[in-house]
Amino acid sequence: MARTLGIWLIVGLVGACLVPWYLTNGGLLSLNWIGGSGTPENNPILLLALIHGKLWLLPVVAGFPIIATLLVLRITPAKRAKLISIIALSVLVYVAVQGFLVVRNGPVLLNDVFHVLGAEDGQAGLGIGALLVVLSYLFILTTAISMSGNARGDAFVIGLIGLIIALVAVFVFFPISQILLQSLKTDAGGYSVTGFLKRFFSGEVWRLDCLNGGTCGPAINSIFLGVLTGAGTTTLGLSFALIFTRTQFKAKKLLRVLTIIPIITPPFVIGLALILLFGRSGTVTTFWADLMDMQATRWLYGFWGVYMAQLLSFTPIAFLVLIGVVEGVSPSMEEASQTLNANKWQTFRHVSFPLMRPGLANAFLLGFLESLADFGNPLVLGGNFNVLSTEIFFAIIGTVADPAKAAIMSIALLTLALSAFVAQRMWLGKKSYATVTGKADSGQHASLSPKLKLACYLTALPWALFTAIVYSMIVFGSFVTLWGYDHSFTFKHYLQAFAIDFSNGIRWKGVAWDSYFTTLTISSVAAPLTAILGLATAYLLVRQKFAGKNVFEFSTMMCFAIPGTVIGVSYVMAFNFPPIEITGTSIILIVMFMFRNMPVGVRGGIAAMSQLDKSLDEASITLGANSFTTIKRVILPLLGPAILAALAYSFVRAITSVSAVIFLVSAKHNMATSFIVGRVEAGDYGLSIAYSAVLILTMLLAILLLQALIGARRLRRDNRVR
Amino acid sequence: MKMSIARGVMVLLAGLPAGQALSDELSVVCSNDERWCHLMASEFEAETGIDVAMVRKSTGETLAQVRAEAGNPKIDVWWGGTGDPHLIAASEGLSQPSEADTSELLGWAVNMADISEGRAIGVHAGALGISFNFDLLKEKGIEPPSCWRDLADSRFLGEIQVANPNSSGTAYTQLATLVQVFGEDEAFELLKQIGKNVNSYTKSGSAPNKAAARGETGVAVGFMHDMVTQKKAGFPLEIVSPCEGTGYEVGAVSIITGTRNLDAAKKWVEFVLRADAQSRAPEVEVYNVPSNKGATLDPQTPSLGSVKLIDYDFATYGAVDTRKRLLSRWDAEVKPSSN
Repeated sequence: MARTLGIWLIVGLVGACLVPWYLTNGGLLSLNWIGGSGTPENNPILLLALIHGKLWLLPVVAGFPIIATLLVLRITPAKRAKLISIIALSVLVYVAVQGFLVVRNGPVLLNDVFHVLGAEDGQAGLGIGALLVVLSYLFILTTAISMSGNARGDAFVIGLIGLIIALVAVFVFFPISQILLQSLKTDAGGYSVTGFLKRFFSGEVWRLDCLNGGTCGPAINSIFLGVLTGAGTTTLGLSFALIFTRTQFKAKKLLRVLTIIPIITPPFVIGLALILLFGRSGTVTTFWADLMDMQATRWLYGFWGVYMAQLLSFTPIAFLVLIGVVEGVSPSMEEASQTLNANKWQTFRHVSFPLMRPGLANAFLLGFLESLADFGNPLVLGGNFNVLSTEIFFAIIGTVADPAKAAIMSIALLTLALSAFVAQRMWLGKKSYATVTGKADSGQHASLSPKLKLACYLTALPWALFTAIVYSMIVFGSFVTLWGYDHSFTFKHYLQAFAIDFSNGIRWKGVAWDSYFTTLTISSVAAPLTAILGLATAYLLVRQKFAGKNVFEFSTMMCFAIPGTVIGVSYVMAFNFPPIEITGTSIILIVMFMFRNMPVGVRGGIAAMSQLDKSLDEASITLGANSFTTIKRVILPLLGPAILAALAYSFVRAITSVSAVIFLVSAKHNMATSFIVGRVEAGDYGLSIAYSAVLILTMLLAILLLQALIGARRLRRDNRVR
Repeated sequence: MKMSIARGVMVLLAGLPAGQALSDELSVVCSNDERWCHLMASEFEAETGIDVAMVRKSTGETLAQVRAEAGNPKIDVWWGGTGDPHLIAASEGLSQPSEADTSELLGWAVNMADISEGRAIGVHAGALGISFNFDLLKEKGIEPPSCWRDLADSRFLGEIQVANPNSSGTAYTQLATLVQVFGEDEAFELLKQIGKNVNSYTKSGSAPNKAAARGETGVAVGFMHDMVTQKKAGFPLEIVSPCEGTGYEVGAVSIITGTRNLDAAKKWVEFVLRADAQSRAPEVEVYNVPSNKGATLDPQTPSLGSVKLIDYDFATYGAVDTRKRLLSRWDAEVKPSSN
């Protein structure tokens, strides 16, 4: 272990002696400070403290020699580990404290002390040097803890826990606490808890008038919508998953594409397509009205429209979670059941279905949370049906900005998310769902009973057809002059967006190229990071035991449940000022996507990992492998579908998210959705839809590519159906 | 084993594109039509040699961002969009005087500068109007509206769409207009009656007109220049200037307090106030009225001269107290009466 400590010590010294401590002019990772050490900003912390008189930074550097000394001193290993961890922790706390106390304009508290120490000029945001130093102390701390003998688990596991806790604290708790503080604010400018309670429990949020003809509060609407959407998407997702794994349905490939497409669609595009189909002047509505000789109505605008759009949008997520789980249910259990004379229905009802429960619960939870946080669909189709996400958005950007109201509604939303989370835990209970074991399986899934098969076909196929129609509408819309009015064929929308001029070398002439390239870059960087973070968290949650695990699990879900608008504003509030100043960069977008989308990796990973029998890990450990090797050689290869889902989903979500992005995009880093929203605002649907169509195609190709790269997992059995 | 993690972290970090934290470019947030934003940015770059980093955001989003960034702004100039949020920013000290010359500007633009003590200067104006889908009204045999009062008539039952003034500046302008035309009590009485005909209060101010263009609603209230854009695109829309007189919005330009590029920002303000720059709006199908007296108008632009304009009191109705009062009264009286 001393070697590990030594390596991190070197990393820390590099950070402290060679690279700039502060953010340099070019940004976090630019290299323009090389050779430019003349200005104090470009100096490493060691020089800042010793030469430039920034004495208060000394303790940060001093930790390293002390730890190095402890390493060579002759003391008992337990004592050494304890001392090292105390020092590393104190330095980390000190870095945070000085970061908040000494800001750009100088110290905000304890002014006299910091002035004496040379901090009267304030400081810039933390840079690459600070990053290395902090990481170094963090891993020295976790390694020391694992050496102290008080913790089970090896250095790798504890390092991972430490890293994720630190990341979640900085990028989830810190920004969210900023906005939640707002909920206690009163009109007069002070803070009040009673005022908060009064507003929180008011009818403005929770009223139940819709039961007797009035309108309900947004929270009630959100619950209602979320539960129905969660149930609906889970049912549909299960039907699709069963058709894929347990039937010999002919057009599985086509179906697969149809189940993926909605997830890769910018939300308002589905809304627009639905309006053209079911709106008052929509094709289907006018057809029925003529047929039945009725007045065409605006039935789409309100609950039903939003519900339909959400089912379309979120079924694929349920499917992605469920397909891995349904596939993973061990055929030998099903065979055992049939050998014991159970028929196909009994086998499904009492063996296969209960084993799918982690998948079902996670799919429902995701559907519910997605529905709560969904912003695009209620905005386009909501009519007078108000949900929390849109109310929060307009509390922030409406004609009278009311951040307190936004914060209160966010808390209501978080409460709902927490309740769903707890309910899910209770339903799953403490049973074991392990079905992928080291034993060889014969590899024949029991096929479905005829009635169940029929039910699956009847749910899934009409839905697939409907999806197909909606998407042909979108393709159609991108090739016509004026969607919904003048349907003459044209290429002009594509040309306007994606024209390339070859006359003088390649010039990206179309208006969409800039945001298109930015979007692709940012999403491709964010996706693998999100997947790694999500799956690593899932691994800790399923395979490791540590104190505060439930809190840890919920905290990783928080960013997902909070609507994008709140995340966006809280990120601006938290990361616009030193110590962490990253607004206006691509990093803030990447970080936001990582923490907002990691829950999908976590959920998918948990669902898939709870199926892997722990004896597999144990066998690996017994054979002398450590946790890291076990993950690499045993667990990861068995997680193919979960990795694919996490990667694909985080890539796609980074491309299609709207509300959080709006506040974080800057001129240099504009995202496709933000550009499209601007065009939709201007009424330019043709260009917006053409752009969306290109995005959809891009994402589809990316997913197919990922699938080819990751490949199917090999379970030493063929996924045949008998 | 630690080695491989460390190496992994390094590889990942190296893959990150370098973020730009501070830059020497002029950072402009534009709340106008995207194409108008880009035209002006490239013209400004060509003329001054100053690089412009521009992004389009709605006024509400921009105000929220400017507030959150107060003290360390990443935005230098905020150009365009309805004037009320600009006035709010000015009154909260989020924008600073640009000291630009206003002598060539029309009265309403100078008025804006006076109210905000030079912090927000008017760049364009647009009048409120009513649009209707004539195909749809003809098919249903409904006589088109010509006044605000017509909207309360039962022939429009379920045919009117307006935005919610809590979320939309357009709808708030309409609310304030009616209060100024009819007096507060009568205006709310009228709004209640109109509310019986309203099929939905949309969140966005431009949504009703787009719905009318596609026949999702018969009649819409909104800004006339937006209606011209949809009409020119080919939709069966007619535009009405209400007979009782109508209110208008003034779009503005503001320099954000604490900008690091004050000189360039001032150049931007002077640029967008110039006649030749403003005259180019119709090239990108923007039809609001420019604030410079010398700017040329497109024949399609709904000129403020042909519309019966009221003497809109921006100082009173833009103030936060008035807003809060009118909006809570709207919530209490108008919203519940809708269906």
